[in-house]
Amino acid sequence: MEPTGQTTIVRRRRPLRLVVDLNRCQGYAQCVFLAPEVFRLSGEEALRYDPNPDEALRLRVMRAAAACPVQAILVDHGDAGEAGGAS
Amino acid sequence: MRTREAFIAAVHALVEEFKTSGRIVIVGASLAGLRAAEALRAEGFRGHLTIIGDEPYEPYDRPPLSKQVLEGWVPADHTTLPHQRAIDAEWRLGVAATGLDRAAKVVRLANGEEVPYDRLLIATGVRARPWFHPAEAALDGVFTIRTRDDAAGLQQALAAGPARVLIIGAGFIGSEVASVCRELGLAVTVVERGPAPLVGALGGVIGAIAAAMQRDHGVDLRTGVGVTSLVGDAGGHVRRAQLSDGSTVDADVVVASLGSIRNTEWLEGAGLAAGRWGVGCDAGCRAFDINGVVTDSIYVAGDIARSPHVLYEYQFLAMEHWDNAVVGAEVAAHNMVSLEPDRWAHLLLPGFWSGQFGVNIKSVGVPPFGDEIVFTQGSITERRFAAAYGRRGRLVAAVTFNHGKWLPYYAALIERSAPFPPPPPGFDQPGDMQPVPAEFPDPSVPTAMPEVVLTGHDPSERRAEVRAPRR
Repeated sequence: MEPTGQTTIVRRRRPLRLVVDLNRCQGYAQCVFLAPEVFRLSGEEALRYDPNPDEALRLRVMRAAAACPVQAILVDHGDAGEAGGAS
Repeated sequence: MRTREAFIAAVHALVEEFKTSGRIVIVGASLAGLRAAEALRAEGFRGHLTIIGDEPYEPYDRPPLSKQVLEGWVPADHTTLPHQRAIDAEWRLGVAATGLDRAAKVVRLANGEEVPYDRLLIATGVRARPWFHPAEAALDGVFTIRTRDDAAGLQQALAAGPARVLIIGAGFIGSEVASVCRELGLAVTVVERGPAPLVGALGGVIGAIAAAMQRDHGVDLRTGVGVTSLVGDAGGHVRRAQLSDGSTVDADVVVASLGSIRNTEWLEGAGLAAGRWGVGCDAGCRAFDINGVVTDSIYVAGDIARSPHVLYEYQFLAMEHWDNAVVGAEVAAHNMVSLEPDRWAHLLLPGFWSGQFGVNIKSVGVPPFGDEIVFTQGSITERRFAAAYGRRGRLVAAVTFNHGKWLPYYAALIERSAPFPPPPPGFDQPGDMQPVPAEFPDPSVPTAMPEVVLTGHDPSERRAEVRAPRR
């Protein structure tokens, strides 16, 4: 995004970003119950997730992150996307 | 003459000046590079920060590529990593670093530019080892998997419904790809030169369990054989593989999962302890020069770093694990802006995971450091168990299959240098708890390491040089 010289707050329509520390994850699956669109189990314990789900799912993802017993879910800080493409 | 207090104050003022207006360059824009940049800002570094990456993408997470991306659920470009804080960096993406001049303190880029640094972080990681025959590797339908683009291409090829997928190499990536192929209902052959899957990382005892898992899920697993050549059709698409036992496999998608190559070529001539082993560094992430002398301004993190580990007889270990990138980056960043008494040590207990065939495989410690294994909990037949690795009566690692909740128990024991066999946690114990050989491959396989030779006589001239391997 090019600087415009104006102070404006831009609400970007871009996916949410998250990552799960799967070393820490122990498969309690609270996230799977709270945000099944984003978190799934493969078998009993192996978690698969959508790292960039739709922004509309943010509240569910935040609930899932808060409910994780081992706090393995990291959700973006909100102002990411500062890295412009190729230089 | 300065007083001692004035001298100390001057040094601290220099550190503050560096934190305010210094230049830090991070080469490598993946997990380690991103986390190091965040940590530098968290540490109060307000100077100029440049992040250089050869891929044209913001840092993204690689573990999903061989799982949820290949299965077709998550698009390859939906793997961008979250940021924990504002980084305010100059991102140089899509341009590779091609050289390092330590005297001039600049990183040279592929487009001819030079980027000056006061302190440098090397986090260039590894790349997939390609199929050894370049013309065969260039056939349509032949893939490796390491990058977003790799995963996008392979996902498309799998979605097109190939008659058979051939996977060369049954390490973690190869096994994960085989698992996804079976989930997609694709016929898959896995060819592994060793006696079983995962043998290098977890040994033959666990490898036998992994082999049974693959076969139960319909994988045509062939061990103890290699692929000698790939054969394409007139259109340049791979169609067949010749195996070392004289047999052939017809396949229209081939995945070469043959491990990795460390991205150190750009450091040639820079006089660092860099080579196919990675970049040697101390436990504080400071790079060694070619003579084994620690540098003050160059740091290393992630897959490419190789440092001595106190728990493993101070042997130099390279850990190509996710949390090694995260923790190594944080330690490196802290030490880049800290003076000696405040420096941290990167004392990570290594750990990794792999999801395949509905089983979550997790490990802590360094399994190949052990020579014995004992099953301590659960059931092998149900593929829900924990097993411990030992060396000379000491616990050095543990592995779990769908039993990850118990891994922290073993991690704590390993950190305390507990005896082997370890004290079992008290219930759910298998009938047979007798240690057996873990069956790791002989480490004394010949390798073509470059020779390091010594030159010079006076201490001021004495130094090491790398000589190319003799053929």
